[in-house]
Amino acid sequence: MESTRRLNVKKQTLDDAYAAPANFLEIDVINPITHGIGNKRYTDYEVRLRTNLPVFRVKESSVRRRYSDFEWLRGELERDSKIVVPPLPSKAWKRQLPFRSDDGIYDEDFIEDRRKGLEIFVNKIAGHPLAQNEKCLHMFLQDPVIDKNYVPGKMRNVQ
Amino acid sequence: MSFFGFGAGPDIEITLDGEDSRKKAVVRTEGGKQEAYPLYLDGETVSGEVKMNLRKGSKYEHLGVKVELLGQIEVYYDRGNQDCFLTLHRELARPGDLLPNQIFKFEFPNVEKPYETYTGANVKLRYIIRVSISKRLSLIVKEKEFVVQTLAQYPDVNNSIKMEVGIEDCLHIEFEYNRSKYHLKDVIVGKIYFLLVRIKIKHMELAIIKRETTGTGPNTVNENETIAKFEIMDGAPVKGESIPIRVFLSGYDLTPTMRDVNKKFSVRYYLNLVLVDEEERRYFKQQEIILWRKMDRSRKTFQAELQQQYKEMQNPNIQFSSADPSEDALSAENDESNLTNTDETSPITNGKSGLESESSAAIDITDEELVNGAAALQLDDDVEG
Repeated sequence: MESTRRLNVKKQTLDDAYAAPANFLEIDVINPITHGIGNKRYTDYEVRLRTNLPVFRVKESSVRRRYSDFEWLRGELERDSKIVVPPLPSKAWKRQLPFRSDDGIYDEDFIEDRRKGLEIFVNKIAGHPLAQNEKCLHMFLQDPVIDKNYVPGKMRNVQ
Repeated sequence: MSFFGFGAGPDIEITLDGEDSRKKAVVRTEGGKQEAYPLYLDGETVSGEVKMNLRKGSKYEHLGVKVELLGQIEVYYDRGNQDCFLTLHRELARPGDLLPNQIFKFEFPNVEKPYETYTGANVKLRYIIRVSISKRLSLIVKEKEFVVQTLAQYPDVNNSIKMEVGIEDCLHIEFEYNRSKYHLKDVIVGKIYFLLVRIKIKHMELAIIKRETTGTGPNTVNENETIAKFEIMDGAPVKGESIPIRVFLSGYDLTPTMRDVNKKFSVRYYLNLVLVDEEERRYFKQQEIILWRKMDRSRKTFQAELQQQYKEMQNPNIQFSSADPSEDALSAENDESNLTNTDETSPITNGKSGLESESSAAIDITDEELVNGAAALQLDDDVEG
């Protein structure tokens, strides 16, 4: 029927059709390691990023981050960006009390649950176009050390 | 229906001329039920008769009988203040006695009915014939409702809507809808062309949204209703892909676009294009479309007769829809299309989306962002909660 015929379209080039997708972004939170002994222990995780998005300065990066670093990132984003920041896996205060029958926050299962929660958290944020504009996110994901005295700001110029 | 009546008044029966053969239109009542009423168009004469059923041998004393033709707009949250945009009346009987089986004829010739009957979420517009019998301390009233539809003809100017929108560096699309003005049984044909895809899209959907606006200024109430919603793409597109759109409007409960009816309310329609990514974030672009009512085929000979009548009366104020341009013209006059006489001066190719706060919770992709490079985005609350 003439009146319902499709509109004319530009044909897709084979290059475009078979090119690698421009939206490749993979972030894994892996390899939890607990450092130190006794009361001075802490656990950190490897945050590994692979991408072809131009907004990321480095296309492959790997940094180690601990739970408090994730809390820092969440706080920065809540203050500076307009997004509703997803929740972190819980702080687990109860597990930090003494006289527990298990390893508390160094318990294997707990660390695994927390790792999964952190991975979900970071993937949700890193894929958000608004969060990608925040310097704190890039520093968290790609700089070896987080400089808490940094100047907060945006990656792209906003007019 | 008797107000403050002592005992039963006469049973008032109102019939419209030619009611049996006249076309009926189905209208949704406030309660949600469907009712059919006789259909009248702008300029048609409304005539009929009123019969008073009294017991045989009795007579009924009264202080006057009159008939009114009323067009009313009623805003639901302000029911006391009915806005009557049309009031015509005729006196049927001077003070005296009503005798059994009296019949009064009435005629309102060539009534201008500027607006269409509408029953909405917060407002309704209706036309009624009201007969009232005055008594010393009371008023006996009977009403009969009829429906009015406003018809239009194919607009002279009906450009397509074509726009490039996006979020800087993340998502650029070009969307096109074949027209800006659609009649109620029309087909929307369009396409979405992807220029840049740096987000992981899961699917894309298109919705028809009806927005009813009542009140003005700080008292404005917007009622949004999603008339239809369907998925037009499943999966992740890449650069250079085109997705077709084909929406048949006849399946949906739509009304013509109504702008600022008697400065009381508006009913407008929007196409809402939404892309959803893998984290359930929603990127949307809303675009208004104008809907208009085309004359039914069956009505054409009837309309042709009426047009003949009016040409004879040489009344230049009456507007009638003529046949669509692809058929033999029934009217020699170049009736100005209702649609080109609106306040729109340019075709809708540069429209900005008219976003309300509730819909801006999702991520809006407007052409402004593309130009300025600013990403003024908001996130859908549901996603992160």
